[in-house]
Amino acid sequence: MTTTSTPEPGKKVNRIGLEMQPYRGGKTTLCAGCGHNAISERIIDAFFEMGVNPKDVIKLSGIGCSSKSPAYFLGGSHGLNSVHGRMPSVATGALLANRKLLAIGVSGDGDTGAIGIGQFVHLMRRNLPLIYIIEDNGCYGLTKGQFSPTADLGSVLKNGVVNDLPPINTCSLAIELGASFVARSFSGDKKQLLSILKASMSHRGTCMIDVISPCVTFNDHEGSTKSYAYVKDHEEPVGDINFVPFFEDISVEYEPGTTTEVKMHDGSRLFLKKLAEDYDPTDKGAALRLLRETTHRNEYATGILYIEPTKYDFTTLLNLVDEPLSTLPLERIRPGREVLDAVMDSLR
Amino acid sequence: MAPTDAAAAETPAASTRRIVNDFSIQVATVNGSGSQTANLVLLRSIFQMGIPVSGKNLFPSNIAGLPTWYTIRANASGYVSRKKEIDFLVAMNPETAKQDVMSLQPGSAVLYDEPLKLNALRDDLIFYPVPFDKIVAEVCKDAKLRRLVKNTIYDGVLSKLLDVELGEMEEALRRQLGKKLKAVELNVGALKAGFDFAEKNLVKQDPYSVERMDKTAGKILIEGNAAAALGCMMAGVTVVAWYPITPSSSLPETLIGYMKKYRMDKASGKATFAIVQAEDEIAAIGMVIGAGWAGARSMTSTSGPGISLMAEFAGLAYYAELPGVIFDIQRVGPSTGLPTRTAQGDILSVATLSHGDTKHIMLLPATVEECYTMSMDAFDLSERFQTLVFVMSDLDLGMNTWMSDTFQYPDKPLDRGKLLDQATLTRINNDWGRYVDVDGDGITYRTIPGDGMPAAFTRGSGHNARGQYSERPDDYVNNLDRLARKFETARTFVPAPVVDDAPGSRIGVIAYGTSHFAVEESRDQLQTEAGLPTAYLRLRAYPFGEEVAAFVKRFERVYVVEQNRDAQMLTLLRLDLDPALSARLRSVRHYNGLPIDARSITDEVLAQEGAAIAVT
Repeated sequence: MTTTSTPEPGKKVNRIGLEMQPYRGGKTTLCAGCGHNAISERIIDAFFEMGVNPKDVIKLSGIGCSSKSPAYFLGGSHGLNSVHGRMPSVATGALLANRKLLAIGVSGDGDTGAIGIGQFVHLMRRNLPLIYIIEDNGCYGLTKGQFSPTADLGSVLKNGVVNDLPPINTCSLAIELGASFVARSFSGDKKQLLSILKASMSHRGTCMIDVISPCVTFNDHEGSTKSYAYVKDHEEPVGDINFVPFFEDISVEYEPGTTTEVKMHDGSRLFLKKLAEDYDPTDKGAALRLLRETTHRNEYATGILYIEPTKYDFTTLLNLVDEPLSTLPLERIRPGREVLDAVMDSLR
Repeated sequence: MAPTDAAAAETPAASTRRIVNDFSIQVATVNGSGSQTANLVLLRSIFQMGIPVSGKNLFPSNIAGLPTWYTIRANASGYVSRKKEIDFLVAMNPETAKQDVMSLQPGSAVLYDEPLKLNALRDDLIFYPVPFDKIVAEVCKDAKLRRLVKNTIYDGVLSKLLDVELGEMEEALRRQLGKKLKAVELNVGALKAGFDFAEKNLVKQDPYSVERMDKTAGKILIEGNAAAALGCMMAGVTVVAWYPITPSSSLPETLIGYMKKYRMDKASGKATFAIVQAEDEIAAIGMVIGAGWAGARSMTSTSGPGISLMAEFAGLAYYAELPGVIFDIQRVGPSTGLPTRTAQGDILSVATLSHGDTKHIMLLPATVEECYTMSMDAFDLSERFQTLVFVMSDLDLGMNTWMSDTFQYPDKPLDRGKLLDQATLTRINNDWGRYVDVDGDGITYRTIPGDGMPAAFTRGSGHNARGQYSERPDDYVNNLDRLARKFETARTFVPAPVVDDAPGSRIGVIAYGTSHFAVEESRDQLQTEAGLPTAYLRLRAYPFGEEVAAFVKRFERVYVVEQNRDAQMLTLLRLDLDPALSARLRSVRHYNGLPIDARSITDEVLAQEGAAIAVT
């Protein structure tokens, strides 16, 4: 969809002629310095720069601090703040109703890893075309700082409670279960997060993006493994991301053997330059190995960890007609009189 | 052998009584033994002879090896509810045979597998021994297939004993087995062998027989779940999410069959629908709500346990005002035990499903035809009222085979409800708010993603009329009050109750769903046996129409008949009616897992009437 409005002279517009305004959302009510706000800003930038019309986007969430954030970006898009841990099913229904929509879902580490782990698992299996962001701070912010299932072993709460259970690695799990685009980033890493988000918008399939996003109020202290200081020290980018969208005609040169080039669903190109030794984002086994080894070294491997651009997404698998199911006219969704007659005859 | 054993009777004392087209047959078998084909052939052949008939399957929650009973009732007057008494038993299951025989009324007939020697158990019954293994060995050389044709032999024996025309049985068999020619051939052989055996060896002693009538001309036989599936397809459903659960599964499974056959896009060969087997009922309703929010006609089908899991989402849908259709094929209580038995036990929990103040629209089909029409009503109402609509069927209706007139092709276009369009936007001076009650009926205008109209952020309880986040007390109260107004509006939109008056009646009966058939028969019993005329109101939806209060007002006592322990519908009526009126309500309940029968209702009403009269 393109817009017909003419922008005011001097105002910054994107490639479809829209100003920033419909990409922005309401004023955030999260804490000052919350990592989630930085993620919202990157989402705004990514959608603006990619020139996606907010009217063609839906944003969905579960419950928690993270799940409040869709109100703070893309004000021109429809949004649905659903129930705790069940956003994947709502997104599934919405995308089946209208496969033309670009869907972004925001979840948290509790919303995904605890109450929502069942729906998360099946979302990954289905490879639904959804950008699924976990705003991951290792704790429950909205209920005042309890541990979540992504909290690391030995991480300490403000009140001294030590986490004695191993974390769920959402990235490994997503790769294992069938997600076709799996990335991890850090809310403090503007450039990398923006590239990942833009690349995800060109991918058709589940994009599972785990973004470590420190909770400044309940989990940013000494002893926490999700604090700004800790994550800055332990972030290990696995590759440089150079995303060239389909509407930009740029030639990219690289030394053979250093970079993986990935052709995206919409014609965009992704150049992933190796930083870590074993990095091969198109090899499932290598991606899982890399995650296992970096986790063992107490590092957060970040970047696009795994990508499978040709895997069938769920709506393709279901062989749906090209048009949105939601607006098919009566004659295409109510069989004719002869069909009822035939069924009745078979029952006499 | 006992003197009553027909095979051994020296001087056959054929009964002088004849009871034509009015009896019940119960076939007791082991589940997984392939008896369903034989039972449906028996049912269908009586139907083809023009006699009103109904069949009820009482089956265990098991795949093979546990007892199962199939009851067929033939009745010239058209009574199709379960008959309490069994007139004719076919005892094929050694495990239950003794108990099955001991529970019969004197004078009943028993067709049994000879080695079971059931004739030794009682001397007040009529016994017909049949050596099934011997007969089957003669007609079926392949020992592995014998199990599958053995049951057809009792069809053949019954054909002879009850005068069910053999030709009709053959026809029914061919319909049932379709193109499986070898199976047809084998079974026709078994049918004839059974008939021949009866002709040569059994002397008719029981009074039951069928005689050709013309009461089923033009009618169909169908299960409620299949009828509902057909209704959903005709309603233009586009997104279906479901999770397997008895007795609901056959609804989505039948729907899949219909949709693959009739709803593929001719030009592209692609599907005009999405059907997903979800990971659980929570995901199923989540998908339904997501699809409804995005503008699709969406549905799921489940039973009580699934309803419990859907509770949280049901509340979100109520507050956020999202459409979706949910079939509840009701069954008995939780977990293992009686999940394959029928009940009307989810009425109260569904009416107020979820947390906070919630009320849901329920449709109450009683017939397979209503399963079909109310499926279409449900989608229209759901989009009109932007809320969930529950279709409250039950196992008896959903999974059993019922006669019906043929279904009518829908003559109305779809009602997609109040979708904001340019004309409306102009009418309201471009000042749209998602929850602003423009028309005063409590129903607001919605927009859907991708329609080009203004976007909305949808959330649960905390929003004002403009759809903005709000925790203000007045915003919450205003919204709740508008939702109540919307529910009031629904009273006049839902299917109205059906009222059948009886001149001179002082008492009324209220019932709904599958209790209907037993109530109709019971009313006739009350009239003919006790001279007690009754008026009858059959509820077809919640919220109740104003006809209900008017009906109760006219009678001294009104019996509310239902299939649960706690008088759930009566409780719901009490919430709705003036206290003076609700004092007139009496309760008749049935909750043993079997479909309700007329005799039980009649006995209970008469007992309570006796008490009522004594007090006066």
